[in-house]
Amino acid sequence: MYLKTLSTAGALAVLMTTASFAGGHGCSIEARVSIVGNEFPAIQSVGAGAQECSGAEVTTNLTADHQQINVAGMSGNPAEYTSAIIANSSIVALMNEDVIRPLDDLVAKYGEGLAPNQLVTINGQVMAVAFMANAQHLVYRSDVLEQVGLDVPATYEEMLEAAEAIRAAGIMENPVGGAYAAGWNLAQEFNNMFLGYGGQFFVEGSAEPTVNSDAGVKTLEMMKALSEYMNPDFLTHDSNATNAEYRAGNVALMNMWGSRAATLVEADGVPQEVVDGFAIAAPMTVGGGDIPASTLWWDGWTVAKNISDAEAEATFIAMMNGISPARMENEDIRTLAVWLIPGYEPTPAAVGVFAAAEMGTIPYPMLPYMGLMHTALGNELADFMQGNESAEQALADVEAAYTAAAREQGYLQ
Amino acid sequence: MKHRTFFWFFLPTGLAMLLFIAAPIVSVVLQSVFAPHEPVLITAQTCTPFSCTEETTIDQEATRALREAKPLGRFVGLDIYFNRGHLATAEVAEAWRTSDNLTAFFHELGDLPFYRAMAFTLTYTFTVTPLLIIIGMAIALAVNTLAQKLKGVVIFFSLLPMIVTPLVGSLIMFWMIDNRGVLGNFLSWLVSDPDLSVKASTGLMWISLIVYGIWHSAPFAFVVFYAGLQTLPEDQIEAAQIDGASRWQQVRYIVVPHLMPLVTFVALIQLMDNFRVFEPIVGFNAAAHATSLSWIIFNDLGGETRQLSAAAATSVMTIIGVAILLSPVLVRTWRDFKGKM
Repeated sequence: MYLKTLSTAGALAVLMTTASFAGGHGCSIEARVSIVGNEFPAIQSVGAGAQECSGAEVTTNLTADHQQINVAGMSGNPAEYTSAIIANSSIVALMNEDVIRPLDDLVAKYGEGLAPNQLVTINGQVMAVAFMANAQHLVYRSDVLEQVGLDVPATYEEMLEAAEAIRAAGIMENPVGGAYAAGWNLAQEFNNMFLGYGGQFFVEGSAEPTVNSDAGVKTLEMMKALSEYMNPDFLTHDSNATNAEYRAGNVALMNMWGSRAATLVEADGVPQEVVDGFAIAAPMTVGGGDIPASTLWWDGWTVAKNISDAEAEATFIAMMNGISPARMENEDIRTLAVWLIPGYEPTPAAVGVFAAAEMGTIPYPMLPYMGLMHTALGNELADFMQGNESAEQALADVEAAYTAAAREQGYLQ
Repeated sequence: MKHRTFFWFFLPTGLAMLLFIAAPIVSVVLQSVFAPHEPVLITAQTCTPFSCTEETTIDQEATRALREAKPLGRFVGLDIYFNRGHLATAEVAEAWRTSDNLTAFFHELGDLPFYRAMAFTLTYTFTVTPLLIIIGMAIALAVNTLAQKLKGVVIFFSLLPMIVTPLVGSLIMFWMIDNRGVLGNFLSWLVSDPDLSVKASTGLMWISLIVYGIWHSAPFAFVVFYAGLQTLPEDQIEAAQIDGASRWQQVRYIVVPHLMPLVTFVALIQLMDNFRVFEPIVGFNAAAHATSLSWIIFNDLGGETRQLSAAAATSVMTIIGVAILLSPVLVRTWRDFKGKM
């Protein structure tokens, strides 16, 4: 099924780039559309949907490095990209640089069928249209847990117990998987755990950092404890590498993105016991808290500011076609994500993300200075994970690095 | 050459250098002494698919007015150069005051991004450069003695590491040193430690990066030296042979002195290149163990929030670093030039 989706998307992409596409589903546009965004199956399907429009050229540039090019590609006048597909973290950079336009008039004109909660509204203006929700949650091997006679872990403490049991039983040497690659991934895992321990990133209403706290130390200690059960190369493992470990049958428990879990075992060459044992569950809590150690995400699209109104209109129409409720009738597209699109019926792959939302998982903060904190965490925590310094020292380093960056950007004096 | 002729001869090159070298440097220096305006923050209602909350956000109108009034940003002088992300003068002074001994001081220093990057960059530059010159020379001497028919093929294969794109080459090696990869597995078998992980050990990661650096750059030295060998003075070699000089003595007293200007040239180019080591760090995913100034620039520009001023300051520091590294050679060239006047 995954292969089919992929090949359809691939075929569409080839068609799109070689010739202008004719005969969409009644979607016609009159100006160019150029989309930049992240690269995973759900976003590829939105891009393919936008490319069904006829009348003008629709190009997409979907890449994992989208964040490094979207601001630059939208700063010029006219902007290279007419739309950026973003998430709650990455919309902030576009807002900070003032390169996306309010969508209220376009929503009024062409936004028929959008659910109210799809409209991301900041200071009374619609700045993005959300189309999917995402969260990291537990992905596990039911057969392995059965072998050691343990229930599905609901807390990270139980995850540690299960990991020890699996290792002791000699089933796997390193049963825990984690996207702990130094940089963005490591920082994100910190964020999850930190919120699970009830941590606060900043002093309320200010850009003053507060990660060097009790919750911060506990977070790092838990991450360190988990890393003892991970492949020793964990500081180089991003989510792709972690998924590969799971597919290879080396990992039984991991915290993984919902958007990747849906199609995790549909790749070629995954051993049968991994396919059969594959299971997903709610995100875990930690330290006796009841809010999951995870963050809630939405993905959506924006329209560039520095383009003509005709291009903005065409972009809006094409992107609306990419997320049209009609697409939810397609089973293959439906399973790709937890869609926020009207007409979406949850599939079994959506259990983890739905549980995350129901358990009150905190959305990833949309603060203008959160990106600087994320970068500082990603740079400074690797030293602690390698055992080179204490948790307090690592967190003090994070705050110092963040403070220097925030002063430069003018958030702190 | 007459000054007038020289002027017209040099003009096109001069213009191109002004446009593509001088102007970007001026722009980078300018960016490094200006920081973005302090954004006007407001608390506004933010509605997402999950909830509506009061969140801090940037007041677009007010901030735009600030930006339009002063497009360069706010002037901060050399502040960015001295902050924690760069020279970290305050932190270094603090570490000096509070450390009991030099070891503790250097440990503290290793916590600061600039010094951490310099520790690796300098180690890398000063091990890779001499080793690649020695190895390049050895390959050139060996290839030079081969039969004419074999030379073409051997030269082609010796050049392969340089032909392979650095990022691809380093990715291939990254997978080979994985603890399930060919080299990683072999190493752990060699020391009979199944848990040995090259990627998890700072020391082994540095060695891998250095080995990669030599592997990648030795062909460059080889090509240059091989070309130089084609101009060897035959009569001197013959004279030495008649005098009964061994092969080693011929290399030591005739070949190497003959190639010395080329050695200086290769050293110059490679010192510059190695000081800007970047691709292997990305390819090896080695940021946890080794960073460089170029990597810091990349990281500053690639985060959720672009830090242009920080990246610009690091760029200027890279230029200064390269200038310092090359200063002995530059001074000598200047003296030669003065001597000729």
